[in-house]
Amino acid sequence: MLRRIIALMIKEIIAIVADPKSRIVLIGPPIIQLLVFGYAATFDLEHVTYAVYNEDRGRASRDLLARLEGSPNFHRIACVQSDREVRPLIDGRKVMAVVHIGPLFTENLLRGRPGSLQVVVDGRNSNTAMIVLNYVRSIVTGFNRAWSEARGDAPAPADLRIRFWFNPNLDSRWFIVPGLVALLTLVVSLLLTALSVAREREAGTFDQMLATPLRPVEILIGKALPGFVIGMAEATFILLMAIFWFHVPFRGAILPLYLGLFMFLLSAVGAGLMISSLSVTQQQALLGTFLFLVPAIILSGFSTPIANMPPAVQYLTYLNPLRYFLIIVRSVFLEAASFDLLLNLYWPMAVIGVAALMTAGWLFRRRLY
Amino acid sequence: MKESHTARAPAGLGLMRLSGLMKKEVHQIVRDPSSIAIAFVLPVILLILFGYGVSLDAEHVPIAIVVEHAGTETAGFVAGFQGSRYFSPRIMNTIQMAEKALMRREVDGIVWLRGNFAREMLGPGPASIGVIVNGMDANQARIIEGYVTGVWSTWQERLALERGSPLEIPVAVEQRIWFNAEMRSRNFLVPGLIAIIMTLIGALLTAMVVAREWERGTMEALMVTPVRVQEILLGKIVPYFILGMGGMALSVAMAVWVFHVPFRGSYPVLFATAALFLLTALAMGLLISVVAKNQFVAGQIAIIATFLPAFILSGFLFDIGSMPKAVQFVTYIIAARYFVSILQTLFLAGDVWTVVVSNGLALGIMCVFFLLLVRRRMKKRLE
Repeated sequence: MLRRIIALMIKEIIAIVADPKSRIVLIGPPIIQLLVFGYAATFDLEHVTYAVYNEDRGRASRDLLARLEGSPNFHRIACVQSDREVRPLIDGRKVMAVVHIGPLFTENLLRGRPGSLQVVVDGRNSNTAMIVLNYVRSIVTGFNRAWSEARGDAPAPADLRIRFWFNPNLDSRWFIVPGLVALLTLVVSLLLTALSVAREREAGTFDQMLATPLRPVEILIGKALPGFVIGMAEATFILLMAIFWFHVPFRGAILPLYLGLFMFLLSAVGAGLMISSLSVTQQQALLGTFLFLVPAIILSGFSTPIANMPPAVQYLTYLNPLRYFLIIVRSVFLEAASFDLLLNLYWPMAVIGVAALMTAGWLFRRRLY
Repeated sequence: MKESHTARAPAGLGLMRLSGLMKKEVHQIVRDPSSIAIAFVLPVILLILFGYGVSLDAEHVPIAIVVEHAGTETAGFVAGFQGSRYFSPRIMNTIQMAEKALMRREVDGIVWLRGNFAREMLGPGPASIGVIVNGMDANQARIIEGYVTGVWSTWQERLALERGSPLEIPVAVEQRIWFNAEMRSRNFLVPGLIAIIMTLIGALLTAMVVAREWERGTMEALMVTPVRVQEILLGKIVPYFILGMGGMALSVAMAVWVFHVPFRGSYPVLFATAALFLLTALAMGLLISVVAKNQFVAGQIAIIATFLPAFILSGFLFDIGSMPKAVQFVTYIIAARYFVSILQTLFLAGDVWTVVVSNGLALGIMCVFFLLLVRRRMKKRLE
């Protein structure tokens, strides 16, 4: 039995690797995607474009604006002289924010009255708007502290000392790139398995395979293994890139990660085979792959936190293998998580994988006889 | 032999031949209902899933508050967290317990009031409050930082008021968020999602139709008839275009009535830009189909080249201006980029012509480019 499975697996791998187009699909896109997405997917704003509308001629406004100018995140595009110029700048997305300082700013401050800084932000992307406002606030807080100190005012009764664990500089890339390991591995292993049976069925070679002494279970395993092996290799490659190219710190151990990867591939390949055995044509298989892949990515916590979803959708994410593996990859990378902390993430993937494979096997047999 | 056929076919478009081809395509669509499912069922499912699933508004963030020595000072501060809808705090007695909870991902952050907090508050210098946030998800960490700072500053103001000496903050930031004052992330995510879903659907509809004909040998059969290449292409595009526009209308209706995203632009502008975008997406699908020659590869390219780039590189979620220059350059060839910008503007800001015209022009250029490319690749094969 083992010999037959291995023979089938070799045939499958040859079928994939021998076709130059399939080969390119396997090797090219994951590398390109990793590089492009690894650099592109960041919530950090490094280039906040803004305009200044300063009606004040005093020292305080100059001081404050100099702090803004000195920040590496801010990039001044224009200085405007009237209210009317503000709208076209924001509407046309020329700037993300306009900073407005009224005419009595310095005078008020010198007399001990509060000065006001008006910030108009483009809210079309509310996340960006919030980050811009946070940046502005922290610059203003720095200015306030210096101003109070210079005037000898009493300090505030309590100070916040905020520290960030695992990612002290809040680099989005440390979060996204390990996530890409999981994401791209899923795409590759699912693609390989999902269309494989439908293709043979459409080409008529599936019937030929049935005429051989191979049993349905053996065909299933032979179809599953290539996706598994190639997925393992791709994941290893992407992991190495994450560590040595993107310099994401790898603080944990290899073993907990690979145990997770094993379970994850089991469920991914299982899902792929299930899609494949459900579809008669390749177009249906493609549709099925999309229907699985797209929600799996969106509802995984890859880009937006699961905790923000409504409870009903959160329950749905428990069916998503990507959800579990994302936490495993990120925790092993940044938190140096050990087995005991990850234990309740392993078994759901195993359950999903075994259930999917069994369903696929059952569907196989029903379609065969 | 084929050349002589093309030579004999009259120039221009034959309306009868075209309508015949379209009829054939419509029959095919009706017989395999998966195209209709792609155009009408898929957008509804995806929009519901994503509209509810993708959100950047964090609420009820689990947080541990360590109170080593409870007193009136600490109670006032803790109450600020308990009253906030942004937090669901858990009171703990030791920092060790809280750190363990953070490691187990049960809480996202820790606020630590040390035993000498009350004494320090009365002293000359400021008391210090330790805050630890799990920085793994940098964006979420930043949001939590903002929330904690918010609770802290309202507490300080109230404290100062109780003591009879209003807090003197030299400069206050007065914020005005245009277009989305309540900062609902759904308001900008849902229009962006429409662009992404339509990219996907456009490619799905056409990515396999030409490859399928080649694989089944029916393309050769089409070629011996007097139909011209542009007629075959048009016959393929028009039916799917109509299907796709139906899906688009459905998505926009859902955005307005299900997700309550305000629509401040005008419908003719929306219709025109949507048609342009859909045509581009369909042309891209056709190009994949023509280049790939077989359905297996066409399907794989369609998945790799459409959804993920549109999701990550369109500016729908991640700010394009913050990407490295080389990656920014790549985003120029993503059609979704232009449509995301148009949709977010039409929905939230209204008809801003500078945005609509420049992005619409880019879409138009891409559309023509793809169509010409498809036409060329098809012709090469015919000869």
